[in-house]
Amino acid sequence: MALVSVKDLHKSFGDLEVLKGIDLEIESGEVVAVIGRSGSGKSTFLRCLNQLEQHDWGTIHLADQRLDGTAMSPGELSQNVGIVFQSFNLFPHKTVVENVMLAPLVVKQTPRAEARKIAEEVLDKVGMLEKIDAYPAQLSGGQQQRVAIARALAMDPKVLLCDEVTSALDPELVGEVLLVLESLAKEGMTLILVTHEMKFARDVSHRVVFMHQGRIHESGDPQTLFTQPKTPELAQFIASVL
Amino acid sequence: MTDFTLWDIVRNLLLAGRWTVVLSLIAFAGGAAVGLVLTLLRMGGFKPIRWLIRLYVDVFQGTPLLMQLFLAYFGAAALGFDVSAWTAASLALTLFTSAFLCDIWRGCIEAVPSGQWQASRVLGLNYLQSMRHVILPQALRLAVPPTVGFSVQVIKGTALASVIGFVELTKAGTMLNNAAFAPFTIFALVALGYFILCYPLSRYARYLEKRLYGAGIR
Ligand SMILES: Nc1ncnc2c1ncn2[C@@H]1O[C@H](COP(=O)(O)OP(=O)(O)O)[C@@H](O)[C@H]1O
Ligand SMILES: [Mg+2]
Repeated sequence: MALVSVKDLHKSFGDLEVLKGIDLEIESGEVVAVIGRSGSGKSTFLRCLNQLEQHDWGTIHLADQRLDGTAMSPGELSQNVGIVFQSFNLFPHKTVVENVMLAPLVVKQTPRAEARKIAEEVLDKVGMLEKIDAYPAQLSGGQQQRVAIARALAMDPKVLLCDEVTSALDPELVGEVLLVLESLAKEGMTLILVTHEMKFARDVSHRVVFMHQGRIHESGDPQTLFTQPKTPELAQFIASVL
Repeated sequence: MTDFTLWDIVRNLLLAGRWTVVLSLIAFAGGAAVGLVLTLLRMGGFKPIRWLIRLYVDVFQGTPLLMQLFLAYFGAAALGFDVSAWTAASLALTLFTSAFLCDIWRGCIEAVPSGQWQASRVLGLNYLQSMRHVILPQALRLAVPPTVGFSVQVIKGTALASVIGFVELTKAGTMLNNAAFAPFTIFALVALGYFILCYPLSRYARYLEKRLYGAGIR
């Protein structure tokens, strides 16, 4: 059984139908890159996956559990689905390690010593261990984003969603964040990434999903998809971003 | 008529000045406590309560403090309560302060970027946990300078308590003047008294504000 299973997902904002029936199955350990034009519904799709938006129709299952509806509290949800955004939104009044420890302490009620150990582990993963006592304002954008990734990982989610996590960064800082994502992928973390980094999508992901006008227009393995697009829309999109 | 030396005047003003300070402290402490409860209730989701609190704030912000003092003093008497000038002044100033602080603090909470709520929510914190660990600590930092700044208004506001017979700095000045007839000296000293109380606070508020924005918190 797939780890994530989305069936016939629909979402409208007022009269605007943004998601027009999304079907997607993702295996554990799979890395899926979601690409598409601005406004095609990529962010909305991710936000539905962790219930920041309530969808109107369809189902979302994670492992065997129904994720949508009122089945899961935000606390349980955060232990299943982590999300990182374009804006890092670190807590500016807390140090790096406090940022990472907060949710384990408050939501999971992990004992402090253990939470600290978890925080050190995930900060090590993103290469931010030496900045453990720094405040966010003292970090570069790339470093802040790596801490934001560590903060999401500290809840030990089964899948991590990333919405254009490098888009707000200066070009020279993009690489360090992509490297972190790549190492997570290698470790077997299940990742769903909305990205404009086509090279990264091609080299790191196992599958690329092209969204167009609220639907999955085309999907497949990165090599074939980028070199032999089947639809004119995808061909056009690839031409426009490469 | 007795002769008043300058020292007599100063000594009497200082004695009365104590009550200005005490009344200010009561108004501020009481106003902060009531204001905090109102702010939190107002941030909660229940519509009628939010509406009522907004009305409360608008009423106290939209009427002169002098009228509020009259109403607390004479109004209570008309309703058959025997309230002292102390009680009436404390009550009116507390309510007045709470309304302004509620509004200042609501603004500070709303000034915390919405991304902070979102980040907190996706980590699994519920409303109260987000408030306590993420939003309030940041709002508090923003709130300190305007709150200290407003305390100056409270101190000056206590002068109005003189009209209901509360003997604080202003009332003492009036009484002394009736006896000593040195209006310029006396009221200059009264003004100086307020200035000595208020100036350090407004300087401190300005310093805090500079430090806050200098640190790039926002
Ligand atoms: N909260 C919202 N309210 C109204 N419209 C929204 C909202 N969020 C997104 N939209 C609209 O939905 C469409 C898809 O947006 P989005 O999912 O952000 O696309 P993408 O991430 O692919 O750029 C856009 O037209 C956007 O304006
Ligand atoms: Mg988007």
